[in-house]
Amino acid sequence: MKKLLVALATTALFSLPVVAADYKIDDKGAHAFINFKIKHLGYSWLTGRFNTFSGTFSYDEKDVNASKIVVDIDATSIDSNHAERDKHLKSNDFLNVSKYGKAKFVSTKITDKGNNQLEVVGDLTLHGITKSIVIDAEKIGEGKDPWGGYRAGFSGATKLGLKDFGIPERLGPASTHVELELHVEGIRQ
Amino acid sequence: MLKNTFQAYGAMTKIVHWLVAVVVLGLFALGLWMVDLTYYDEWYRSAPHYHKSIGILLAVVMIFRTVWRLCNVRPEVPIEHTLFEKKAAHSAHIILYVMIFLMVLTGYLISTADNRGIEVFNWFEVASLGSFFENQEDIAGDIHRWLAYGLIGLVSVHSIAALKHHFIDKDNTLKRML
Repeated sequence: MKKLLVALATTALFSLPVVAADYKIDDKGAHAFINFKIKHLGYSWLTGRFNTFSGTFSYDEKDVNASKIVVDIDATSIDSNHAERDKHLKSNDFLNVSKYGKAKFVSTKITDKGNNQLEVVGDLTLHGITKSIVIDAEKIGEGKDPWGGYRAGFSGATKLGLKDFGIPERLGPASTHVELELHVEGIRQ
Repeated sequence: MLKNTFQAYGAMTKIVHWLVAVVVLGLFALGLWMVDLTYYDEWYRSAPHYHKSIGILLAVVMIFRTVWRLCNVRPEVPIEHTLFEKKAAHSAHIILYVMIFLMVLTGYLISTADNRGIEVFNWFEVASLGSFFENQEDIAGDIHRWLAYGLIGLVSVHSIAALKHHFIDKDNTLKRML
């Protein structure tokens, strides 16, 4: 009986639910995207993405303000569907990935704006420079997936000035800022 | 005489030699210049286009040159040359050929890493064979750049050696290629 109690207590201790659920971004299944777009000459949008990244977040519907997110991005994985352009983007004219191969985002404050809207403030490290940025985010949904897991997904948008991250503005007056479109789906751990 | 003889280089060998010399130096200068063009420069798009087009045509010329070299006799080396000079010159020539071919290969790998072919003067297109390794455009690009410096270095040695034979040794080493 005593043994059983100990066993039960141990089980209970280890299966205690963490306050906010921890999620791992589903990069394996590619249900997350870090897309960017920048104006080309002011006449159209050029889009691209970072193919390789990983991250985790914690989120609880009942206590959204306690949420956190951390994402590590491989800057060398930039992909604009044109090898010569990607080579140029990776060179020291832009991201200088041989020196600054890693980008990172760490949230510092997440605020529930109601209606599934969130404001995510955090430090973005890009091109070796760390700056606080604000991401307007939206919870898209959460729930069980068909394979026995539990998922939650968000999208977010923000705008970065190239100059703010020490990236030379070489693309003309219409292309001084790049917009990020973020889509993350996490699998609850 | 078009073909080489044991006494002299033929016209074809000379023409192709000087053609390749001019093209290699031209591509080097063009390449060096074009990578620093700003986005709004009117040459920003056309300079790489010409660089790639000429590079592909250079490959064709070099293939012909290699075949021509193999099915022609080689004129006898001037008797004034020492054994070291013979060996050094011969090795340098072979390395120059290899480097030019590698330049073309690495250049091709940069531009075709995303399955895009290379348009040669809007005349014909060389198809892409796809990507062979991760970050192909960057790795091939680095090799292309350093190989270019190496090639121009060896070209300088080759030229200085020819001038040395002409002005100091006063033999016919340079003259027989003219």
